[in-house]
Amino acid sequence: MVTAIEVSNISKQFVLRHTRSLKEAVVWLAKGRKGDLSEKFHALKNVSVEVQAGETVALLGLNGSGKSTLLKHISGVMLPDTGTVKTRGRVAGLIEVGAGFHPDLSGRDNVYLNGAILGMTEQQVNDRFDEIVEFSEIGQFIDTEVKFYSSGMYLRLAFSVAVHTDPEVFLIDEILAVGDEPFQRKCIDKIQELARDGKTLVVVSHDLDLVSRICERGILLEHGNVKFDGSIHDAVALLRS
Amino acid sequence: MSVISTGDLTTPGLGGGLRDIKQSSFLLKLLVRKELKVRYRGSVLGLLWSYVKPGVQFIVFYVALGIFLGLERSPRNPDGLANYAVYLFSGIVLINFFSEALGNAARSIVMNGNLIKKIYLPRELFPVASVWVSAVHFFPQLVVLVVGCIFAGWHPNLVQLLAAVAGFIIVGLLATGLGLLFGAANVYFRDSENLVDMLLMVATWASPVMYAWSMVEQKLGSTAFAIYQANPITIGVELFHYAFWYPTTDGSAAMPPNLFGLWLPVGLVVAVVIVVLGQYTFRRLEGRFAQEL
Repeated sequence: MVTAIEVSNISKQFVLRHTRSLKEAVVWLAKGRKGDLSEKFHALKNVSVEVQAGETVALLGLNGSGKSTLLKHISGVMLPDTGTVKTRGRVAGLIEVGAGFHPDLSGRDNVYLNGAILGMTEQQVNDRFDEIVEFSEIGQFIDTEVKFYSSGMYLRLAFSVAVHTDPEVFLIDEILAVGDEPFQRKCIDKIQELARDGKTLVVVSHDLDLVSRICERGILLEHGNVKFDGSIHDAVALLRS
Repeated sequence: MSVISTGDLTTPGLGGGLRDIKQSSFLLKLLVRKELKVRYRGSVLGLLWSYVKPGVQFIVFYVALGIFLGLERSPRNPDGLANYAVYLFSGIVLINFFSEALGNAARSIVMNGNLIKKIYLPRELFPVASVWVSAVHFFPQLVVLVVGCIFAGWHPNLVQLLAAVAGFIIVGLLATGLGLLFGAANVYFRDSENLVDMLLMVATWASPVMYAWSMVEQKLGSTAFAIYQANPITIGVELFHYAFWYPTTDGSAAMPPNLFGLWLPVGLVVAVVIVVLGQYTFRRLEGRFAQEL
């Protein structure tokens, strides 16, 4: 097997900064550094995870356990304080659908823009454009400005772009609640199809039934530590207990 | 199961800085296009605002400085600058380009915070796209300037045209470098964008846009004038004067000494150093953008 993601011993501390202005920092220095200018918070503590290519992994845990932070480290949005993260091939995050959408642009423009943001080339977007529109079921509204879309249409288009980026590693953060039920089923089918094609999936979701259907392996995080790493059913059972 | 072993394990999130821009040229193009589309959305005049604003600014300065304060040469005021209108406008278009580029670049990272927090992409794209957008807005003003110059009897030679290109490159590089620097700093301290606003106000007056360089030399003496001259914006503006204004005059006006032998290379070197410095700072700070935004 080939390693797709190798996270070794990463720790991440967040500074909960109280000040946003230079003045406060200067005052703090002038007062002889009394008191804490900032508070620290360990989001991840010595986390090591190795994911093989083709694996489907769910990151589980309660709110604030570090799931999304870990995902952001894998995508490269964040860099660890200590430890290393390595990935193989192109990694695309389906992290918060529509982050790259601009309300004043048409659906068409947004498909191009978002595709490029997710790492597609011009050729790739051109080739897959029809497929993206078809999957999203947007139809004739593709040339309408996105701000006039219903929230369901918006999410469908964004999701459709994201699943068509075709990377080796997919990171999915809490976006499976997309649109109405038929479309949701379609999304899940698409994700399962990706898994069958041998894509590596890392999913963060609170919908435990859903992740047990999609993923084989579950990693349970608690307060920034890996508490359990094994089959998805054991992980879900442990989290529910 | 298909075999997925494209390349080696790499560390995500470590970009190659400005070099990544070349690989992301498609994204850069789209970001620039987006900015251009979105800028004047919902306004009746649309892109015309890019002409109206500098036009009004030009008229105000021309009336106040050229006529009231007597910078324009006229029969009653023989010491003034010939074709002051062209002199003024050729400086204003360049300063406007710089102001818009730097002002937007300094805000670009925070403005695109939502994206930077969620998806990894070369973050240098945002300041660079801002400078690019400003260059697109600069172009119509340049056309107006050239038309004005032609009416004033413009007959440039090749060197003079190249001087304009050099001036534009110097100022563009400077805006990119400072944009990277202040854009990154703005994530940590929002004071940065206010500092930039102040800096831009100073920049307009710290280069010979409204007045002649010779006035500075007379008042300041040669040492202080050398410092004044080392400002890349000053050099850029003087190069623009040489390209657009000088060929409309009878050639009796004096250009700053050593403009080509000394100051042009100095301007380029300073601008490149600022780009390197800006890029260095940017890369030092960008690792924590996602958590600070």
